[in-house]
Amino acid sequence: MRAMNIGKATALALTVVWAAGCSTTNTTDTDTMGSDTAPATTTQAVSDSSMSGTTMADVKNLATVFYFDFDQTQVKPEAVAALRGHAKYLADNPSASVVLEGHADERGTREYNMALGERRAQAIARVLTVNGVSSSQIELVSFGEEKPVVMGHNESSWAQNRRVELKY
Amino acid sequence: MKRTLFFIFLFFFSVLARAELTVEITQGVDKPTPVAVVPFAFSGVQALPEDVAKVINDDLYRSGMFKLMPRENMLSFPSDRSSLYFRDWRISGSDFIVIGRIKEIEGQLSVAFELYDILKEEQILREEGIKANRTNLRAVGHYISDKVFEALTGVRGAFSTHIVYVTAKQLAPSKHSYRLMYADSDGHNAREILNSNEPIMSPAWSQDGTKLAYVSFESGRPAVYIQYLATGKREKVQSFRGLNGAPSWSPDGRQLALVLSKDGNPEIYVLDLQQRRLTRITHHFGIDTEPSWSPDGQSLIFTSDRGGQPQIYSIYLPTRDVTRLTFEGQYNARGRLTQDGRFLAMVHQSNGSFHIAVQDLRTGRVDLLTETFMDESPTIAPNGSIILYATQEGVRGVLSAVSLDGRVKFRLPSSDGDVREPAWSPFQ
Repeated sequence: MRAMNIGKATALALTVVWAAGCSTTNTTDTDTMGSDTAPATTTQAVSDSSMSGTTMADVKNLATVFYFDFDQTQVKPEAVAALRGHAKYLADNPSASVVLEGHADERGTREYNMALGERRAQAIARVLTVNGVSSSQIELVSFGEEKPVVMGHNESSWAQNRRVELKY
Repeated sequence: MKRTLFFIFLFFFSVLARAELTVEITQGVDKPTPVAVVPFAFSGVQALPEDVAKVINDDLYRSGMFKLMPRENMLSFPSDRSSLYFRDWRISGSDFIVIGRIKEIEGQLSVAFELYDILKEEQILREEGIKANRTNLRAVGHYISDKVFEALTGVRGAFSTHIVYVTAKQLAPSKHSYRLMYADSDGHNAREILNSNEPIMSPAWSQDGTKLAYVSFESGRPAVYIQYLATGKREKVQSFRGLNGAPSWSPDGRQLALVLSKDGNPEIYVLDLQQRRLTRITHHFGIDTEPSWSPDGQSLIFTSDRGGQPQIYSIYLPTRDVTRLTFEGQYNARGRLTQDGRFLAMVHQSNGSFHIAVQDLRTGRVDLLTETFMDESPTIAPNGSIILYATQEGVRGVLSAVSLDGRVKFRLPSSDGDVREPAWSPFQ
């Protein structure tokens, strides 16, 4: 299970990086989080999760689409902050569940891309479970290259299609 | 559809075939055999909806092995031996000629054809009393093409076979229509056999041509279904958590190879369809997918990234020994073997683009067959002559075909939508 261990290590490492970033400024996560949500997340990170009671309102502004590089299944550093927010909500609400839909761009064969989409969803799932979410709360569905958001045979289209969509 | 499948068996009563003459097809053949297919005479009142001779002409042309004489160059349209003057046809450069006639008696059609060797002035084939009606004339044409093709090449014709493919169409920003289509091997007579608002993938024929297996997302996640073509009846055969994909029927029809990730990782399994017993075949942390049976049923070929990039491997089922088959290039996937097991058709990436390539498993030689864009999903005609595949034109998927030797290329007409994932039927 070499790949999984690398993924897990990456998720942990990225989490540490994110935590370090948070201690200095709340605007580290420029593209995915508003400045009003970041401090809330930081506060919760040090509080007792059973008391904090994160609600859907706390996650509704978080990014729900996470992008990947070509033929890669590693979660990008900029995705981790939002994923921590989602993880917090799911950990606080054990009855809540989430579906992670993995997608690939059109390059490569369709069934191989199904596997790639699943790998990406698994990578996102690992970030969530490392941050306290039970795997029973997570369902993974790969759509491979079957559901592109953008039609077009160029890198900007492909980049938008290589993604995992997090859906409550 | 049943009618198309079975009319051959039901309606033939007079067959006279003297097929001792065959043309030797060798590697170096670069001169297609000149053939004339003369318009069939018709004795009836109302004009026929299909030009049978044109169906035969187009079939033979698409095979890439023949040069067809244009009708406008024909000096006469003989329809039987008495009006056929070999000398005239010899001068016009044809080696073989197909003539025929159609009679209409009380709404029933009766078709006859004859194939002659012009140089030897000999009859090769003659068949009379092929019963038909106005709706199955194309099938009659394909039937005659099969006979002519086999008589002239020694290779069984595959014109009467069928294809399935998937179309996708965007109806609204977040609403799509996916359809599984069934058509003649030349793309005509397309009929929808399944539709869904969620993706349909990976159609695969059973070896007897009566069933399909495919992946449908209709439940919101991928599941493998089997559908009976004659009745439309279908059943869900596999829907574990995770991937349920890439079905492939064993040559004896009893087993279905497929990909499941229920244990956390895509692995190849074989499902015994009678006992519903599942056997895991691969054990590797890499991606293992796209299984396809060898013609002898002893091995599965599959795509795996266990070596770092996707390459095609073979696993010998009795011992589970794994052999890597492809070495040329960074990306070789979705292999399909010819019926004789000698050639491997696959998706091959070179210089960043994806094309169809064929590898001779005896010599190891790899030939790129296509130059179109984003080529994928190769499927081989049951007689090994043509590879049908999916490609992109603009932002639209279309089906294209290439002969195994790369000499002949043609597109298949598609009415609308994005067309992908063709699968060629076995002989039916």
